[in-house]
Amino acid sequence: MTLVLNEEQRLLKDTAKDFLNRIMPVSALRQLRDQKDSLGYKREHWQQMTDLGWASMVLPEAYDGLDFGYLGLGAVIEESGRTLAASPLFSTVVLCSTILIDGGDEEQKSALLPRIAAGELSLALALEEKPHHQPNAFTTTATAGDGGYVINGKKLFVLDGHSADQLIVATSLASGVGLFIIDANTPGIERRRHHLIDSRNAASIEFNQVKVSHSALISSPEQGQDVLNKALDYGRICLAAEMLGSATECFERTVAYLKERDQFGVKIGSFQALQHRAAKMYIELELSKSVVLDALSAIDDKRADLPQLASLAKARLNDVFELVSNEAVQMHGGIGVTDELDIGFFLKRSRVASQILGNSSFHRDRYASLCGY
Amino acid sequence: MSDLDQFRQTVSAWLEENCPPSQRTPITREEQVWAGKNKAFPSSDAKLWFERMRDKGWTVPEWPLELGGGGLDERQAKILKDEMKRLGCRTPLFDLGIWMLGPAVLEFGNDQQKQQHIPAIARGDVRWCQGYSEPGAGSDLASLQTRAEDKGDHFLVNGAKIWTTNADKADWIFCLVRTDPNAKKQEGISFLLIDMDDPGVSTTPIELISGESEFCQTFFDNVKVPKTNLVGELNKGWSVAKALLKHERKLMAEIGGDTPGPSFSPVQAALEYVGLDDKGKLKDVGLRDQLVSHEMAFRAIGLTHFRSFEERMNGVADNNVPLIMKYVGTEESKRKEEVLMAVLGHRALGWNDSEFNDDELLTNRGWLFSKALSIAGGTSEVQLNIIAKRVLGLPD
Repeated sequence: MTLVLNEEQRLLKDTAKDFLNRIMPVSALRQLRDQKDSLGYKREHWQQMTDLGWASMVLPEAYDGLDFGYLGLGAVIEESGRTLAASPLFSTVVLCSTILIDGGDEEQKSALLPRIAAGELSLALALEEKPHHQPNAFTTTATAGDGGYVINGKKLFVLDGHSADQLIVATSLASGVGLFIIDANTPGIERRRHHLIDSRNAASIEFNQVKVSHSALISSPEQGQDVLNKALDYGRICLAAEMLGSATECFERTVAYLKERDQFGVKIGSFQALQHRAAKMYIELELSKSVVLDALSAIDDKRADLPQLASLAKARLNDVFELVSNEAVQMHGGIGVTDELDIGFFLKRSRVASQILGNSSFHRDRYASLCGY
Repeated sequence: MSDLDQFRQTVSAWLEENCPPSQRTPITREEQVWAGKNKAFPSSDAKLWFERMRDKGWTVPEWPLELGGGGLDERQAKILKDEMKRLGCRTPLFDLGIWMLGPAVLEFGNDQQKQQHIPAIARGDVRWCQGYSEPGAGSDLASLQTRAEDKGDHFLVNGAKIWTTNADKADWIFCLVRTDPNAKKQEGISFLLIDMDDPGVSTTPIELISGESEFCQTFFDNVKVPKTNLVGELNKGWSVAKALLKHERKLMAEIGGDTPGPSFSPVQAALEYVGLDDKGKLKDVGLRDQLVSHEMAFRAIGLTHFRSFEERMNGVADNNVPLIMKYVGTEESKRKEEVLMAVLGHRALGWNDSEFNDDELLTNRGWLFSKALSIAGGTSEVQLNIIAKRVLGLPD
């Protein structure tokens, strides 16, 4: 267990920060939104991220990965949160690759992982079906037929679902959970892109009598839930890292504004009513940093308390990012509610990120249950 | 095996061999061994354990060997602390001299002062108390009025100090006194050590809402104090005090475990007093949410302590992190007490009544006591001011 980045990881973080500031600042997301970009991210940006090794960072060396670990990837993702960078990194690498690495057979892994590492392939996890996160008891079904399976059902809030080359879909299969890897253009799949408040990417996807072969099944129905849960925990932790970056950026912009805005003949940052609120946000962010680092290192160390850490991190960052983004708007005053200021992007992202892979009450409930009460 | 692993093994073996089994159970307040001329031991095992630790210098592990300390570096000291915790070894000696005055004398004292005070603290021969606040100087500590007049070979001290913890049992007191009434607030203050036996020193206890009276008021009426008892430079006592406050805040951030309170954790109490439903969840949904919120925050604070330590050890210390710990530590301790009170329901409300068991009676005592945590050693509001100004650089 370590809560300090090593030299290499720090260097990686600095490189990421520099790249994101230059190539993918918040204005890049604004541009994607204003131009109603159909992909929702820039292919050349994703290629550059891949060139920097971000897509291969946590993949095993046997499949062209760098095996550099999650403390490293988490540092990159945290920086990407600072600029709200849009890319398929989270869906493809954190969620889907983890499922493949953990549950996939040799054929699936060697066919897909090297292409993911090279940035040639993007994947999306088709999971949600209800207004709130629910990682089990799927209404989407897979039934065994001749030569394979038939999938029926509707998935919502599929991150990067409209643009992914391949989908992993979570279904109820026999008495377990069937995870299937499917080409996104398979007949019977209907994808509809959704525009969300955060200008990032999601889709709803219908599966009508979609026929897949036996080789599309990842792992087995008996182990499907475990394979999925682990990937979701990795996802929660990495998303918490991203939210930490976003919340920190949002906070720093706000503190800078408190030092520059004059009212009543003084800087508004001299008002104690604002100072104490700013100090409390700083405290919450420092606690969050520790939690995120510990959770990331729990992945690298394969610790048994990983599920607890994932819920601790996600619940905390949901709450802290919500607090900070709300306060950021309030403390900026009138300009805080204008579209011209970037703060609104952070506010909107906070609410979307909260709903991804579990809101705070989901994770408090889960944490309590994991602790035996 | 690394040197530190080796050290851990040696320490662990020594503790196993030298700590009597009776000293490896949770300590109650009555069982704490406090330093002092009239040291009292609750048992012969407690005395033995204290003497063995004292002889190793491990009552003050990080102080220099030649002054009676253990001569350990910070990492080794942490290993000792961790191993003691793991094996359940009790803290062998309690004293403000260990936690607060000692580090200040080591940093600011001259050789004669170090020789006089440091070994005595390490051996537990002297019990110290603190004289900072005054009836008219609380959060605004720098407005203190206790005066020390220069009378050639000595200072003549007059005034009153409040919240002098355990002053009625202490042998010495370290005080902030005004030595230059004409200087600006912080600049005319000096740091003075006073023997409680000196003529003119008197103390009365203050009863608190928790029924305790460990806090006192201490009066100085024409007390003659030798000039050699001045620590640091004349009129520069504020910098000594600030350094010392850092130790106090660190201590208070970690205090949770040492305050009076019941023997159960909030989760254990909830299992007993609320109970689980058939899904294995606490029966009261609202209490469950309060409890888990506290537990999660508590874990985040623990991880932040650890991160701060790791950063120091790796030479990448963020000096701002320790500034938040007093605030979060004490505020979360208060929340823990509120959760416990809620969890016990009306069973937490008894006062000196045999209808209630000890844990139940201690629950409200602990709750009431906790209210002082965010006041003593710099109020939460003062801490937030410090963070806003010193860390965030917000203007005055």
